Amino acid sequence: MTTKLFGTKVPRVEDQRFLRGQGRYVDDLLTDDPRLLHAAVLRSPHAHARITDIDVSGVLDLDGVVAVWTFDDLTGPMAEPLPLLIPHPALTHGRTQYALAKDEVNYVGEAIAFVVAVDRYVAEDAVARIRVDYEQLEPVVGIAAARAAARLVHDDVPGNVGARMEQENGDARAAIADAPHTLTLELDVERSACTPMEGRGTVARWDPDTSRLTVWSSTQTSTGVRGCVAAKLGLDLAKVDVITPDVGGGFGVKINHPWPEELLVPLAAMTLGRPVKFTEDRREHFISSAHERAQVHHVEVGFDDDGRVLGLNVEFWHDHGAYTPYGLIVPIITSTQLLGPYKPQNYRVVFESLYTNTVIVTPYRGAGRPQGCFVMERTMDAIAAYLGKDRTEVRSTNFIQPDEFPYEHGLVFQDGRPLTYDSGDYPASLAKLKELVGWDEFEDFRAEMAAQGRRVGIGLACYVEGTGVGPYEGAHVHVETSGKVKVATGLTTQGQGHQTAFAQIVADTLGVRFEDVEITTGDTRKMPYAVGTFASRAAVMSGSAIHLAALRAREKALRIAAEALEAAEDDLEIVDGVVSVKGTDASIDLGTVAVLSNPLRYAFDEASKAATQFSVGDPGKAPVAEDDEPGLEGKDFYSPERSTFANGMHAVIVETDPDTAEITILKYAVVHDCGHLINPMIVEGQIHGGVAQGVGGALYERMAYDESGQLLNASFMDFLMPYVTEVPTTIDIDHLETPSPLNPLGIKGAGEAGVIPSAAVFAAAIEDAEGFPITAMPISPSELFDLRLAHADNSFAG
Amino acid sequence: MKPAPFAFLRPATLEEALAALAGEPGAKVLAGGQSLVPLLSMRLAAPSMLIDINALPDLGHVTPDATGVRVGALARHAHVLASAEAAEVQPLLALALSHVAHPTIRNRGTTVGSLVHADAAAEMPMVLRLLEGSVDVESVRGRRTVPAGELFAGPLESTLAHDEIAVEAFFPALPAGAGVAFQEIARRHGDYALVGVAALVETDGGEVTRARLGYVSVSDVPVVVDVTDALDDPAAAALAELEPADDIHATAAYRAHLVKVLTPRVLADAVHHARQRSAQKDEKDMA
Ligand SMILES: Cc1cc2nc3c(=O)[nH]c(=O)nc-3n(C[C@H](O)[C@H](O)[C@H](O)COP(=O)(O)OP(=O)(O)OC[C@H]3O[C@@H](n4cnc5c(N)ncnc54)[C@H](O)[C@@H]3O)c2cc1C
Repeated sequence: MTTKLFGTKVPRVEDQRFLRGQGRYVDDLLTDDPRLLHAAVLRSPHAHARITDIDVSGVLDLDGVVAVWTFDDLTGPMAEPLPLLIPHPALTHGRTQYALAKDEVNYVGEAIAFVVAVDRYVAEDAVARIRVDYEQLEPVVGIAAARAAARLVHDDVPGNVGARMEQENGDARAAIADAPHTLTLELDVERSACTPMEGRGTVARWDPDTSRLTVWSSTQTSTGVRGCVAAKLGLDLAKVDVITPDVGGGFGVKINHPWPEELLVPLAAMTLGRPVKFTEDRREHFISSAHERAQVHHVEVGFDDDGRVLGLNVEFWHDHGAYTPYGLIVPIITSTQLLGPYKPQNYRVVFESLYTNTVIVTPYRGAGRPQGCFVMERTMDAIAAYLGKDRTEVRSTNFIQPDEFPYEHGLVFQDGRPLTYDSGDYPASLAKLKELVGWDEFEDFRAEMAAQGRRVGIGLACYVEGTGVGPYEGAHVHVETSGKVKVATGLTTQGQGHQTAFAQIVADTLGVRFEDVEITTGDTRKMPYAVGTFASRAAVMSGSAIHLAALRAREKALRIAAEALEAAEDDLEIVDGVVSVKGTDASIDLGTVAVLSNPLRYAFDEASKAATQFSVGDPGKAPVAEDDEPGLEGKDFYSPERSTFANGMHAVIVETDPDTAEITILKYAVVHDCGHLINPMIVEGQIHGGVAQGVGGALYERMAYDESGQLLNASFMDFLMPYVTEVPTTIDIDHLETPSPLNPLGIKGAGEAGVIPSAAVFAAAIEDAEGFPITAMPISPSELFDLRLAHADNSFAG
Repeated sequence: MKPAPFAFLRPATLEEALAALAGEPGAKVLAGGQSLVPLLSMRLAAPSMLIDINALPDLGHVTPDATGVRVGALARHAHVLASAEAAEVQPLLALALSHVAHPTIRNRGTTVGSLVHADAAAEMPMVLRLLEGSVDVESVRGRRTVPAGELFAGPLESTLAHDEIAVEAFFPALPAGAGVAFQEIARRHGDYALVGVAALVETDGGEVTRARLGYVSVSDVPVVVDVTDALDDPAAAALAELEPADDIHATAAYRAHLVKVLTPRVLADAVHHARQRSAQKDEKDMA
């Protein structure tokens, strides 16, 4: 390599394809196949009801309808509840739904019947003809109703409590009782959702000639889907291939699996002997995929005159919806990641995870951290307000210091390992942020704006994010005789730019041209052992695995080249795909080395002819030595001891209109530390996207359920995802690079960071502008107006 | 989200379209499709037949003259918005249209379709009422002119008979000495307004002789309030005739508050506009 690509802003190679509309998503597949059938799902119109009868007799005689399934048509493992993916001892009352509802429905949108027809139009016509008799039950909607438990979601789950979990380090309640100052806060965050551009989708084809099932799914884990399809349909794993084509965004919702359709589509394809496709539409995505974020928190904090937290006691209630397929991951993350960059001396956290008759909750980008960050940062701001101190000063007082790493919190993290931070420099990050946003000059700005009758406020929020959770990821690097390098890693990609970032790593490690590297992700035929893309783990896990695999390929290349060139390995270098003896003309192309690595040498190509001038191998021995393999390949797995912890701090300046209560963003600043940056442009893109999504979560989006459990805004007309006009036009970003000691590249995850502090940072800035506490997010102008009225009344009364 | 089955007809002449419409009680007219297609896809509407009027000749015009602006049934919002002559004759058109949805939707959606769709959250029905314009409709029974005051029957309901096609809207010109203004507050740029207010003010020698206000999203049908005699507190006069309601985006109280905030602003803007125009006219007359 002449120039190192790691750390440079290499333009994303995938953008040409995506921006020209040449991406291939699930819905684009098999469109030319005249045998392709289409599925539609009958979904419950009621939040809570018993099914007393389903009559499908009006359906099959509809022209174009091929088949219909209800629960009664399912057998074997398909007739059992869907898997509970991540069990936990604290999840004493875990429940999952059936692929098709059995006897009872527990949210509007729950799948009841599955129709396959010649096209989606006919399939929907058929769905409309199915008659279901329901005995309606009273629904449980919202955390208050779940806690009150006047009604139960599941008859056999007392109090609607799926789990109760407690962790403590020290004695928080005693420390609070002894502290010079104490505060109590009630903090709420509402529901939102990932809402990727592309919803869920699955296509399956059964090949009777080879008895193999191929499934394409818009998923964040193709190996996971493969495992469950094989298990549920009773197939040998070797008979099932799962391929993830281009995915139009995931943000967490596609890590949950199997979705009912991910099983029903393959079942239909096998049963009918024809390929079947299901493409979720937008309304379905709102009511039958997953949501996140709804939590209610009660905080007690004790602190000293400097604002040092002596004891923190947090109780919270998590609304997990009607079922718990993804276990307790979200509330566990809140309860552990809430601490951010701080070290409360004593910390206790207890949560209840509650059933409601609403869509299930699974991780959404940030996954419980936005709520935790909201709780901790609102608490820091409350302490500062109480003591009359600068908000940055109180934070500094509580920071873990750079010389305290690795830092043990005395808690257990989401991966079941001790919560141990590996590295970071929080004081340096804060100094950068203050500089970037103009923290110390803000009072002048406030006065200047006030003179014009304008009202502004500033807020900041800090977070630490455990990224790159295990258990492992693998990679396979194969140098072809053409010199082209084919790399496979098993996790999936949904727009992050893995082709670019991973190729940068390979180009550097192996010494090949970036253009010669092709990355395949999410294809179980190429890499059957893999976990998935979530928890900001792809760069850390697959990036490291790819690096290790490329090192192995490099080692082998040097060994063979040394023999061919009759030189010592140490004297060789690999640059742009050519191995040469340093300081001489003697060289050999990597492609030629690949030819030499394989004793079967039919001369198909130029590389093979070129190879004839070299000789390797000992004619007295077996052509493939005992501990060797043919081919120039490297394969390796990366499995870290524990997660690596990235961190960042955001600040925002907002203007609140004194008359209309509209909220405008004037400046948004981010300091971000994810260790070494593979590609700063991609990292910044991730931050931009995260901030945009965070603006949505803080100021626009919510799931508007009514008391009967109907989602009133199940469309992009009423679910207010921000347009480009609502997102800040510039986001000032500064990086700190504190490498992780846990992986060979010193990297940390960056995918979720941008969205974590949004609720906290906007609440802080609006509070600063308005002068009264903001304790619930998101907030709309109408709600800000209500708060103004309430506080005007209060100040009048007081 | 796929429509229920329907027959589709794309007639080449208005006569053919009118005959088909008269012969099929379950038929609906398709113009730009920006309101109708989402309703079909969500199966909130299931017409037996769509009569697509996009191939009809001579309906795409935007024709300004001294009396006002005539807008054909196939003139897109974008086309009306882009007409400098139309903006000259009646400035309120462009002021309001720039708040109607986003460019892509304005490229397809028709202004006449918006009037017939009769959404009280839409800008143009209110504008037509405020300006006291009209819509010409045709059916196999003949042609008639419906004054704006008689066009809106209820929420999303116009007074057109099932067999009628609106062929042209007429927005009267802004008289000398008059001014207009428009402001709205929406959750996101291009969304339907939480509250929108337009004003039409006539002046004589700088004094207001007539003042009327039009409101978006605070009633079931487009409402126009005459505040000529209530200039000291026009918002109170307006609120007496409006019915702001709660929805998931805003409370009724907040909407009422926005009426109070926006009304004096918009009225002042319109008065300013009227005086500016009078001053410009005086200058011209002097020259
Ligand atoms: C995302 C989005 C945002 C929008 N935001 C706004 C907004 O902020 N403000 C706003 O005002 N509008 C908004 N609209 C609506 C848009 O302006 C529509 O285009 C318009 O309301 C209807 O015009 P159309 O030509 O699309 O009518 P269509 O959708 O084709 O028809 C609408 C209805 O009118 C009938 N119809 C149409 N033309 C005729 C005719 N000539 N004679 C008889 N009947 C007819 C149809 O049968 C149908 O019932 C938005 C639309 C979208 C999709």
